Amino acid sequence: MALLAELTHRCPLKCPYCSNPLELERASAEMATGDWLRVLDEAAALGILQIHFSGGEPMVRRDLPVLVRHAAGLGLYTNIITSGVLLTDEAMTALLDAGVDHIQLSFQDSDPANAERIGGYRGGHDKKLAAATRIKGAGLPLTTNFVIHSHNVDRVGEMIAMAEALGSARVEIAHAQYYGWGLRNRAALLPSRDQLDQATAVVEAARLRLKGIMIIDYVVPDYFAARPKACMGGWGNRFLNITPSGKVLPCHAAETMTDITFPSIRDHSLADIWATSDAFNRYRGTDWMPDLCRSCDRREIDWGGCRCQALALTGNAAATDPACAKSPDHFLMAQAVGESRPNAELVARG
Amino acid sequence: MIGEDAVPRFGAGVKFRFDKVRDAWVLLAPERLFQPDEIAVEILKLIDGVHTISAIADTLAARFEAPRDLILADVVTLLQDMADKGVIRL
Ligand code: SF4
Ligand code: SF4
Repeated sequence: MALLAELTHRCPLKCPYCSNPLELERASAEMATGDWLRVLDEAAALGILQIHFSGGEPMVRRDLPVLVRHAAGLGLYTNIITSGVLLTDEAMTALLDAGVDHIQLSFQDSDPANAERIGGYRGGHDKKLAAATRIKGAGLPLTTNFVIHSHNVDRVGEMIAMAEALGSARVEIAHAQYYGWGLRNRAALLPSRDQLDQATAVVEAARLRLKGIMIIDYVVPDYFAARPKACMGGWGNRFLNITPSGKVLPCHAAETMTDITFPSIRDHSLADIWATSDAFNRYRGTDWMPDLCRSCDRREIDWGGCRCQALALTGNAAATDPACAKSPDHFLMAQAVGESRPNAELVARG
Repeated sequence: MIGEDAVPRFGAGVKFRFDKVRDAWVLLAPERLFQPDEIAVEILKLIDGVHTISAIADTLAARFEAPRDLILADVVTLLQDMADKGVIRL
């Protein structure tokens, strides 16, 4: 089981596909260090094994090393998901000393000018390269992450080469996901079918070449698929997300479901929320499913797909994910692809 | 194919530890979690960055009073698979 701790929504970058909600939580609403320390204790007791410190940019929180140290002391596997622009020598030393296990560093593109245009942060690319060198220098495994979309998808081969040159143990090539800011920018981000096919071919060739040297994780957009992904490995099955203010969510995009009240870790224990809250039980297991899914032999493989996507595209969170070709709403995916305007102007996140 | 003389070690950022909540050994790696079966656990416990694959097979063959060839084949298969997943370095 894994916990994604969104320590803050603050971030020096402004990626137009950011998975943070359109309504960003303010710094003044963020939980204090003590609250997070309690969350970590409760998470370990609940059987959480991995903790991902994320954001926004988790490194804007000065207490990050304190939280990492506490988590490591509990035996949790600690991962930091960062843009890297704040990873100075001092910060690296503090995190290493605290016992961090792994750092995942995101890049917006292999082309510096385009990367800085997408992230909306000048000079960011060089800082990220320096961060990669620091992570490697510290002896930590490096995962580099590239979110791809119509504005950079043609450079997938260069991104993989860059990850390799930086000495990454793993590279994630993930097509943008269409929640939050990503959904708002969907038409301008969705690649064309040709772009997607070419990127996939490049990834497959690179996988063969780099077997045993660098792992390539590749996530394709649902919009071109016939079967949905097992979103979060099933709702309330093995994943928890906590927002900066302490709301506990079964998925980082769940707040789009305005009919659910997400409990706060300030008012309840993590174990209670996990076991008994309406939020976690609403789409857990298979009972909630429409007949189409409940009678399907993939029901415990993909769990009916993504609830947030079902809601965003059909208006009904309890519908079969339209990414599934069996869904009566599947045509919506093709329609979105048809309406896409690759390389059109993007709206930067707030 | 990997040789008997290779010394396996855990890759950077990989943790192999006992989890009290599950009452089981777990292998934790970046974005990955494995719950190895009993045989795999016995093999992984012997990985210390010093002993060779050959030595690991000797130890297990003696402990379980099983034919060394069979054990060696199991060890090689598991470690090759783990190496491909980036968890073990050889
Ligand atoms: S996706 Fe971009 S804007 Fe959003 S938190 Fe990550 S680096 Fe910041
Ligand atoms: S019908 Fe439902 S369970 Fe079956 S493949 Fe489609 S989404 Fe998955």
